[in-house]
Amino acid sequence: MRALGHPLIPEQRPISLADIVGLLVSLVLVTAPHALRAPWWLGVLTALLFAWRLRIAMNGAGLPSRWMLLAITALGMFGVWLEFRTLFGRSPGIILLMLFAGLKLLESRTHRDASVIAFLCYFLVITNFLYTQTIPTALLMCLAVLAITATLVGFNAPHRALRDNLRTAGLLFAHAAPAALVLFLLFPRVQGPLWGVPQDSLSGVTGLSESMAPGNLAQVALSDSIAFRAEFQGDPPPQRLRYWRGPVLWDFDGRTWNMGFPEIAERIDNPAPGPRFDYSVVLEAHNRNWMFALETPVSAPAGARMTLDGQLLARNTVRARIRYDLSSVASGIAMPDARESSLARALRLPRSVNPKAIELAEGWRRDLRDDSAVLARAIEFMRGQRLTYTLEPPLLGRDTVDEFLFTTKAGFCEHFSSAFTFLMRAAGIPARVVTGYQGGEPNPVDRIITVRQSDAHAWSEVHIAGRGWVRVDPTALAVPGRVEQGLARSVPNTDPVPYLMRPQLEWLRSLRYEWEAVSHKWNLWVLGYNPDRQRDLLAFVGMKDADWRTLTAALFTLLGLLTLGLLAWAVRRMVLPDPVKRAWDAFCMKLATRGVARQDNEGPLDYSARVSASLPGQAGAVSRIAALYIQLRYGRDPKPEQVAELRRLVREFRLQ
Amino acid sequence: MTAGRTQPLPARIADWFYGFKPPERGVIHLGHRRVYIVPSRLGWIYATSLLVMLIGSINFALSLGFALTFMLAGMGLACMVHTFRNLARLTVSTGRSDPVFVGESARFRLYLESGVRFDRHSILVRHVESGAQLVILVPAGNLTEVPLAIPVDTRGLLPLGRVMLETRFPLGLFRAWSYVEPDSQCLVYPRPEFLPLPPSSGSASDGQFQTLAPGNDDYAGLRSHQPSDSPRHVAWKTLARSGEMYTKQFTGDSAARLWLEWSRVPGSDSVEQRLSRLTGWVLAAEQAGLHYGLRLPGREIAPGSGDTHRAACLEALAMHGRPLAAT
Repeated sequence: MRALGHPLIPEQRPISLADIVGLLVSLVLVTAPHALRAPWWLGVLTALLFAWRLRIAMNGAGLPSRWMLLAITALGMFGVWLEFRTLFGRSPGIILLMLFAGLKLLESRTHRDASVIAFLCYFLVITNFLYTQTIPTALLMCLAVLAITATLVGFNAPHRALRDNLRTAGLLFAHAAPAALVLFLLFPRVQGPLWGVPQDSLSGVTGLSESMAPGNLAQVALSDSIAFRAEFQGDPPPQRLRYWRGPVLWDFDGRTWNMGFPEIAERIDNPAPGPRFDYSVVLEAHNRNWMFALETPVSAPAGARMTLDGQLLARNTVRARIRYDLSSVASGIAMPDARESSLARALRLPRSVNPKAIELAEGWRRDLRDDSAVLARAIEFMRGQRLTYTLEPPLLGRDTVDEFLFTTKAGFCEHFSSAFTFLMRAAGIPARVVTGYQGGEPNPVDRIITVRQSDAHAWSEVHIAGRGWVRVDPTALAVPGRVEQGLARSVPNTDPVPYLMRPQLEWLRSLRYEWEAVSHKWNLWVLGYNPDRQRDLLAFVGMKDADWRTLTAALFTLLGLLTLGLLAWAVRRMVLPDPVKRAWDAFCMKLATRGVARQDNEGPLDYSARVSASLPGQAGAVSRIAALYIQLRYGRDPKPEQVAELRRLVREFRLQ
Repeated sequence: MTAGRTQPLPARIADWFYGFKPPERGVIHLGHRRVYIVPSRLGWIYATSLLVMLIGSINFALSLGFALTFMLAGMGLACMVHTFRNLARLTVSTGRSDPVFVGESARFRLYLESGVRFDRHSILVRHVESGAQLVILVPAGNLTEVPLAIPVDTRGLLPLGRVMLETRFPLGLFRAWSYVEPDSQCLVYPRPEFLPLPPSSGSASDGQFQTLAPGNDDYAGLRSHQPSDSPRHVAWKTLARSGEMYTKQFTGDSAARLWLEWSRVPGSDSVEQRLSRLTGWVLAAEQAGLHYGLRLPGREIAPGSGDTHRAACLEALAMHGRPLAAT
């Protein structure tokens, strides 16, 4: 026997120009978002590789030699190494993958290679989700998946119109959707990660850090991105009470405030009396382990602990969006912690810097005995110092507090809180800096309060005997508008306020409210679907405490049913409402009742001959029906009258 | 069923496995049971990439990663059903195949009918034994002819044998196939070998071979040429002289009557070679416009001429020594 090619085996089918174009469109769709993040030379190199392959496909030239491709690979890898100093990790890995896709394209001759590239495209779609999982991304990626699938269909049906291939891809997409939904909801979810996540993932996230130096909070506040959202049961607290507590900073080295090592509280005391609020928070991933709570939380949510200075800490780094429920009492008094060691730590001060501030504070202490009186004096001082609030604070030298208070007199909240806390410590009152967010914007659409990086704030807490740790916001003292009206109205108009925070763009903001309400639902229900949510959902449908076995069983049952449904659809589509066939079947049925059933493999001629032989009285009618049937079924251009005639003959066919 | 019991066991197991008993008469419907489907190699690569994507999604807690992975998994499932339906319920029937000579290709005609309202794309029809194949589109509600050219090297009645129908549409992740063995045969004549024709015999009745000296023909005169007349009988000399075409007429049928006899085939021992030479003679005699008859051991075809006669002679030669197949 001759060894013959098998034209359905992808290894034996050469790629056509249409295939290359389909692949290139898919590749461009999936690599474009990466190309925007990658170094420019890589985007150019990848585009060149694509163009090269297109040219080869168009003028039928040979593919480049293996050595050439190896050289380009080495060059690309060297470039990536130069750029990142490593070949591993998220960004370099994905960039190399892009490069390899282009190179693979240049050595692809058959549909097998082309299909592998298409699968690689699917994979590149998923790598994109490492950076962003918003609704627009999802839509773009749907488009990409459709393009890739249509390209794959094109491999298997050459010479078919692109529109038809797209329709087939769409049909597959629609048929896949129910199974995808079932899998999404019921596939036993495991809490990741299974292994280490590359160091650089989430590297671009802005947010608070465990230290605070002049200028870095103002940097954070320039970002429009969302820190978290909070949904209150009932009315939310007014803006001036919305202090969202984050890292508490104790240790000051003259320039930078540091968090130090937090101590976990063994029990949480009831806070001072005040209005109580119940709410839930959806916190964005910020690659740290602290969580934000309205001051002062009465308990720690599940999976979190509280430190002695009142911070909420998640057990693990928050690498994905999390949701937690909380209750807080807005009293302005933090959790009591009057241990000697804490108070002593809250008084520690570098004596070598800021001599003017130290002198001022020590003067207050000499005049006044009572801590409350010193505090009142300090507050009065801050109010009267004519300090200005700006997002672009002037650079400060060695004595940051002195320069801010007496020379530049302009700063952002970190300057205010830093200076005030320094003054308090110098005056012998235990004080610490609290960072977090202040305010947040209620969305009129869904009443959810969105807190952005631009709401980042820092304030002070002082320990007053008998009252505990009392919140003092020096920014609010000097610039009352900050906590009443928010950042945008408090800084000079020339400051680079985040675009959408500008009051002039009211209409744009209302559009954004709508969009963010939708995004929030998306975050909560699609992106936030995790093992906990899965448990909730199953409990809701009556499957309490479902373990992975139950889930798997339910999953396979549903998938099996779906497949059966699809098969039923496929078979239903096959039943042709063909009147000729129906008439013939009816005729055969009539004869079958008389014991002359048609055999499966019996054609109309054989059958009618056999019937005529066994029922000689009917021979005429039988042969007429059979002849007409054969003519209609296998002849050219059946006429409607003939079909009607056949139906009439069959209807009138009687067996005595 | 009863016939099946007499078959050897492996053949019966094969029949059971493939779900039909060859050869199949009439129109063959590819029912669900007869269509097999397995993932192709590409399908396994696809599954592996999905697994990698799933693990990645778990590790990085990518909700949309899960969504995409599951979407693609669902697409694999849908693709399985689509590939299956692209083949299931296809109808196969066969057409007449014209006789051929050994050394040529038998041309079988298969007719595929979609039987459904959608086009069936990329259906491979492959003759299992010879590997002759064709990829075709079967449009909805239409009868599509598939010519299968199968090279032949033995004379006789060639059954079509097993034909595989395969498809991988739409994504190539699955391979669905089915076997049919329609009851279709092609008559294969022996390979013709051309030797000079034997001389005509004197009379039909005695069956004796007579050596006839040239000039012994009973020349009777000329008549005007008819297009059907053999060029051998054209009066070339008259044509050269007068420019008119005439046909020489002979009295009696002695000149046109020629017996092609098995026993008289010169210088050959093997049966096949004799048959080849007789085939060559039949073709030459027909072309010469002779009246010829054929004598084989156990079979005699009275002299005659024309396509039907020629076909009868060639069939007798093709089927010489072969059991008569049920047709």
